[in-house]
Amino acid sequence: MKFPNRLLLEQGGPGHRGPELPRCDVPVRPLGELLPGVPLRDRLDLPRVSEPEVVRHFIELSTLNHHVDRGFYPLGSCTMKHNPKIDDELASFPGLALAHPLAGDEASQGSLRVIFELERTLAEITGFSAVTTQPAAGAQGELTGLLLIRAYHRSKGEADRRRRVIVPDSAHGTNPASVRLAGYETVTIPSEEHATVSLEALEQALDDRTAAIMLTVPNTLGLFEPRILEVTKRVHEAGGLAYMDGANLNALVGLVRPGDLGFDVMHINTHKTFSTPHGGGGPGAGPVAVTRELEPFLPVPVLEERDGSLRFSYDRPRSIGRVHSHYGNFGILARALAYILANGPEGLRRVSRTAILNANYLMRRLSESYELPYPEHCMHEFVLSGRGLKKYGVKTLDVAKRLLDFGVHAPTVYFPLIVEEALMIEPTETETLDRLDHFATAMEKIAAEAREHPELLREAPLTTPVARLDEARAARELKLRWGVGDKAPIPEPRETPIRA
Amino acid sequence: MSFVGLSPEEEQRMLRAARVERFEDLLSAVPPGVLLDRPLPIGGPLSEIELRRTFGGWARMNDADGAVSFLGGGIYEHYIPAAVNAIAMRSEFATAYTPYQPEVAQGTLTAIFEFQSMIAELTGCDVANASMYDGATATVEAVLMARSHTGRERAMVAGSLHPSTLAVLRTYLDPRDITVVPEREGRLQPQDLRKALGADAACVVYQHPNFFGLLESPEPVQRAAREAGALSIAVCDPVALALLEPPGRDSNGATDGGPSPGADVVVGEGQCLGNPPSFGGPLLGFFACRQSLVRRLPGRLAAETVDRLGRRGFVLTLQTREQHIRREKATSNICTNQGLMALRATVYLGLLGREGLREVAELCVQKTHHAARLAAAIPGYRLAHPGAFFREFVLECPVDAAEVVRAGRSRQILPGVDLGSFRPEWRRWLLVAVTEQRSAEEIERWAEVLRAGGRR
Repeated sequence: MKFPNRLLLEQGGPGHRGPELPRCDVPVRPLGELLPGVPLRDRLDLPRVSEPEVVRHFIELSTLNHHVDRGFYPLGSCTMKHNPKIDDELASFPGLALAHPLAGDEASQGSLRVIFELERTLAEITGFSAVTTQPAAGAQGELTGLLLIRAYHRSKGEADRRRRVIVPDSAHGTNPASVRLAGYETVTIPSEEHATVSLEALEQALDDRTAAIMLTVPNTLGLFEPRILEVTKRVHEAGGLAYMDGANLNALVGLVRPGDLGFDVMHINTHKTFSTPHGGGGPGAGPVAVTRELEPFLPVPVLEERDGSLRFSYDRPRSIGRVHSHYGNFGILARALAYILANGPEGLRRVSRTAILNANYLMRRLSESYELPYPEHCMHEFVLSGRGLKKYGVKTLDVAKRLLDFGVHAPTVYFPLIVEEALMIEPTETETLDRLDHFATAMEKIAAEAREHPELLREAPLTTPVARLDEARAARELKLRWGVGDKAPIPEPRETPIRA
Repeated sequence: MSFVGLSPEEEQRMLRAARVERFEDLLSAVPPGVLLDRPLPIGGPLSEIELRRTFGGWARMNDADGAVSFLGGGIYEHYIPAAVNAIAMRSEFATAYTPYQPEVAQGTLTAIFEFQSMIAELTGCDVANASMYDGATATVEAVLMARSHTGRERAMVAGSLHPSTLAVLRTYLDPRDITVVPEREGRLQPQDLRKALGADAACVVYQHPNFFGLLESPEPVQRAAREAGALSIAVCDPVALALLEPPGRDSNGATDGGPSPGADVVVGEGQCLGNPPSFGGPLLGFFACRQSLVRRLPGRLAAETVDRLGRRGFVLTLQTREQHIRREKATSNICTNQGLMALRATVYLGLLGREGLREVAELCVQKTHHAARLAAAIPGYRLAHPGAFFREFVLECPVDAAEVVRAGRSRQILPGVDLGSFRPEWRRWLLVAVTEQRSAEEIERWAEVLRAGGRR
């Protein structure tokens, strides 16, 4: 019988406590004297637990997680690749981890050097002129890029007229959400039959109200836009700018520079392409790269080198301002730089080559058991459709849940929206052939199960720490925090299940 | 160094299976002219040994490598118990994705639920989300929420708000929609706020303790906001909240006898909970509010439920607020949060617990006030503001604060933040923070720096 999982507040009690603090070595005065007239709280219902209880609790919790160090994570668009361990170690060096952002430039030359080197390196990789590291994640990078575009149009006196941003229907949800946050209006254009941008639809959407187009390259189906140069050219002819969503940069790194495709600005997800750990949902980092025309608008402060020393400059009258309290997610940026330097130019090329090879290999193999709506060669990811299984009463969601029983994370499902019952698969370059084959075999087995034992899929997963969860009840009851005096539910005795 | 395991023979096999002869055939959609025909002009490849040497060199170029810090201004060097690092470094937490498949993410989801619970408890609010990028963007999101809730545009902002938070607000909003109520004696004066409040105010934003370390008067500020039909947004420090009356809690016993409304939204920077300064990021924005506002909440939210067999479990909930479902109608564009930082905060709060966190806060108060007493006794120095402060205060120096900072550097002391870097008229002001980590002896060395640096 397994020991029941309890929340921290359901454990311990009076007298249980963690690490001791040193005794106060300065003269102690009564709080009321130091904080006169300040209303203080009478109670603080945080847990009372000892260090061993805390450690056990979180280690027990940790065993309930799937993670990339344990198994395959074919999440399309998420680039779940191996995170090199050395990167964590480097970012934890006390000189970097304890560096304070307000220590002043002279006291921070090491940190500034890390940011400066990363900016320079990312500019080379993307083919742009300058980079800001401030955005804390991809979505904030998108917003920053759009604010730069707005500032550019304002400088041309066209900001009031150019209020529309064109977004293809295959785009990530963050794109239209960022468009709105920037005060723009989204114009959605349909993809053509090969799921790439339809020049006809583009032409219809473009006019003198167009501020920009936002494109993901390769797109969310893993397809490279074959007419990309034509697309960016026409946008420029209409007076708009071209924004590249860099979520899929892993397909291009070392192979193609987005700046050469005619883009004016892009964001980079360091937690995808440059392999910083996802952390169970962050922190990420979303540096933004721009052409020379957009440089004057970059967020302040901007890093400058003079006589071999680095300093932050705030003297940018046309800047859009700050987007972060400090200079972005430095600890993540340092890991990204370490990853890039470890790989070097040839290594980065190998990253995209292998990511593309792995995806094409898997795609061809799986196209024999699942529908492949777009049979072109893919880049780093591809999208299957599970609609062929509907006749057995099986949905894509069921396939995803059943995969969990094979020790594999589910792919991204029901996205992009333009593919029915979509399964979006991105193997990344760090999966080896035997792992790809294991995944393919599991997918094939599941397709067979759908025909022969569809009920198995509908009940899956069967071997995970919990079974399918009641999401409707969660949204209805909205229990979002523990209540004081809550008791742990009494668990029924149960054996550890046998693994599939 | 490469992180790819692929033999030439395997590569050939895979190319054949992909139905091409050469790798380049897979790139048929890429216009030939844009394919790079030369290696990128970047450094590397570096081995681990070389990486350690390179980054070690950079780490040593920072004063943080060995100096004793009295720096604050939103980022604090509190002690991080060893167990926080040990747990947060676990692959199971660090290398997991966002918990979109809850059956294999109960570790992350349970920890988020506990984080939400502890932030709600500290702030006195009904609910908290799974975290935001940093305190500044959490404040922005709170203002955006207030605007959509009230249908009004204007944000009334205390002049004692962190200048960088105000700067980020100005980037996200039209600056014409922001009214800054100037501070007097370092604090927002409720009567000034009342005079400035109009019918177009969506919210009142104040920081407590504020940028100068001073404690504000939440009760009259929140009351004024409520009476004007605006939401009150408190920007708080979670360590201070171990001692202070939680701003999100409504109370019946106000000073004038009437019921007193709590803050509608409490946000802030949670870096001080178990996270290193890391040159200002990754940080940990937190966001808590009333239950009635939950459907306007930005970001991820974990909720308790049961599985098919009736066992307790946790899921992400109300995802229809979020961009991946709602696209342009989402409450925010935020996708990634600060999961691992929130986990560190959760472990930290668990380890410290209700007694430990209070002790940290009390040690900060004692040591900060001790340092302030020492400094005020040194000729030429004085506290810039009257009134109660928590673990930080502004010291007016007889010389430019930059000179005191310089004197400290040669003695391995970072004596405080030179506020002249924010505004020229603050150039004699040194913002000093004293955490529980600073010993009496270190505070004495700091005072020595003031004496040396203050001589003209």
